[in-house]
Amino acid sequence: MSILHLVSKSPYERNNLDTCVDFVRDGDAVLLIEDGVYAAVKGGAAAAKLQGLADVSVLGGDLAARGFAVDKLADGVKVVDYADFVDMVEAKDKVQSWL
Amino acid sequence: MSEIKKFLYVNRKAPYGTIYAWESLEVVLIGAAFEQDVSLAFLDDGVYQLTKDQDTNGIGMKNFSPTYSALGDYEVTKIFVEKESLEERGLSLDDLQHLTWEDEDEDWAEKDSIRLVSRAEMAEIMADQDMLFNF
Repeated sequence: MSILHLVSKSPYERNNLDTCVDFVRDGDAVLLIEDGVYAAVKGGAAAAKLQGLADVSVLGGDLAARGFAVDKLADGVKVVDYADFVDMVEAKDKVQSWL
Repeated sequence: MSEIKKFLYVNRKAPYGTIYAWESLEVVLIGAAFEQDVSLAFLDDGVYQLTKDQDTNGIGMKNFSPTYSALGDYEVTKIFVEKESLEERGLSLDDLQHLTWEDEDEDWAEKDSIRLVSRAEMAEIMADQDMLFNF
């Protein structure tokens, strides 16, 4: 049973990402949205927490709103749009939105 | 005429995820109209407020980041950004807007508004104020 994990809060303000990462299993995907996208900025302390995860994406609109281009992302992080978001929800059995 | 007080607005929240950043900016602009000695501090996630190239077309929210460049016209010329907060987030001054003000005492010379300070220096700056407002 695969899960799409959504993280919408800054990893520098709350521990949502830490807990989420602990619960990710093989076949799961992580999608960073809203303030969650800050976790994927290259060189940040939070980006190290994403290493070892097979499938990490950020929502492009949220990334652009916050002033970051794709070249500022940590290696291996994909940029997706709203249509991709829908596809990802459909592709997994469940969605877990970490609040 | 009442005495001029030193106001420091302490910004610790990222923009867009919550309304704090925008509310702070509104209060700062109102406060500046009362001719107080206003400074802004950006630390923790607050440093994200100043990133350049913000483009909110994809999220249907107002991009208020250009407003920061107007602060100089309101004589808000002291913008303190904490070095440790930038570094923890993988950022440097190059990732932030270049904010300036014009010094009328020096033939309107353009000067940088942003001053990079350490956490220890930020503590000194806070100690030097009359009023502290947190957002």
